[in-house]
Amino acid sequence: MPQLSNKRGLNWTWFHRLGSPRWFYQTSGKWLPWLSLLAAGLLLLGLCWGLGFAPQDAKQGNSFRIIYIHVPASFLALAGYYVMAIAGAVGLIWKMKLADMVMKSAAPIGAVLTFVALVTGAIWGKPTWGTYWVWDARITSMLVLLFLYLGVIALQYSYSSQDAASKASAVLSLVGMVNIPIIYKSVDWWYTLHQPATIKFTEAPSMHPDMFQPLLVMILGFYCFYAVALILNTRVEVLYRERRTRWVQDLVASKSTS
Amino acid sequence: MFQFESIQEFIQMGGHGPYVWSAYVISLSVLIWLIVSPLRRKTKLLKDIAREQQRDLARQGTNNGSNLST
Repeated sequence: MPQLSNKRGLNWTWFHRLGSPRWFYQTSGKWLPWLSLLAAGLLLLGLCWGLGFAPQDAKQGNSFRIIYIHVPASFLALAGYYVMAIAGAVGLIWKMKLADMVMKSAAPIGAVLTFVALVTGAIWGKPTWGTYWVWDARITSMLVLLFLYLGVIALQYSYSSQDAASKASAVLSLVGMVNIPIIYKSVDWWYTLHQPATIKFTEAPSMHPDMFQPLLVMILGFYCFYAVALILNTRVEVLYRERRTRWVQDLVASKSTS
Repeated sequence: MFQFESIQEFIQMGGHGPYVWSAYVISLSVLIWLIVSPLRRKTKLLKDIAREQQRDLARQGTNNGSNLST
């Protein structure tokens, strides 16, 4: 029996360590330079490739090059919502402080990426559909996503107690999950101007490889960029909430003397 | 292979230049803001904490001084 409890204790140490803001701050500090380099490299490569070297679309001409930011930004706007909602759930269930900080940090990044998806979509819509905006299912559900992100940001600042703010934000982000399948399925469920998904996990992409490869590079670049942005924001949040602790005080003291 | 005959054509993008370039410029500037804003907040926070430490040190110093003089 002692063996069993010992084993269980060992198995859970990673979980508790992961929940330690200090451990996160120190580990992420080591990863950050490499991740930033990777993100910058991928984005630069994808930008040059997509803007100058990918062939133009037979029907849409060069305006189709907007796809190289529109699709990756939309991907990450949705993936970022999962990150925020899951972090919120973990914070709600296990009272993990770090998860609350991740949730708070994910909200503005997700809002910005949703904004990018909407704006690039509108700009792309003008030469392709002849209009900047239509109230179709995909676009409207993306607008709802933006409001959900903005709602979480607003809730973070509308309570004097951080715990109450985290709880309210987590509940809102979990309720908002309803919107995610609607966004995914909107192009199939309703007749719409928006074209169906170009990339599906179950089929080969409906795009020429010469156009698809730079898109893949941009999507990978956006994932790395998202990770960098999330880590940067979470690190500031960790420092702020732990500013009275010994390790942050020591960190600042060692920096100001050196 | 580069798809355009000249830089001029690259900028014009066959008449779609304004759309393509504005989409890229807007996106890049907000993405850069996403990176710059936490870095600036971090610098400010570290400065604030350091200032607080200095103030505490100074207060301790004056306390010790007054203790010595009495």
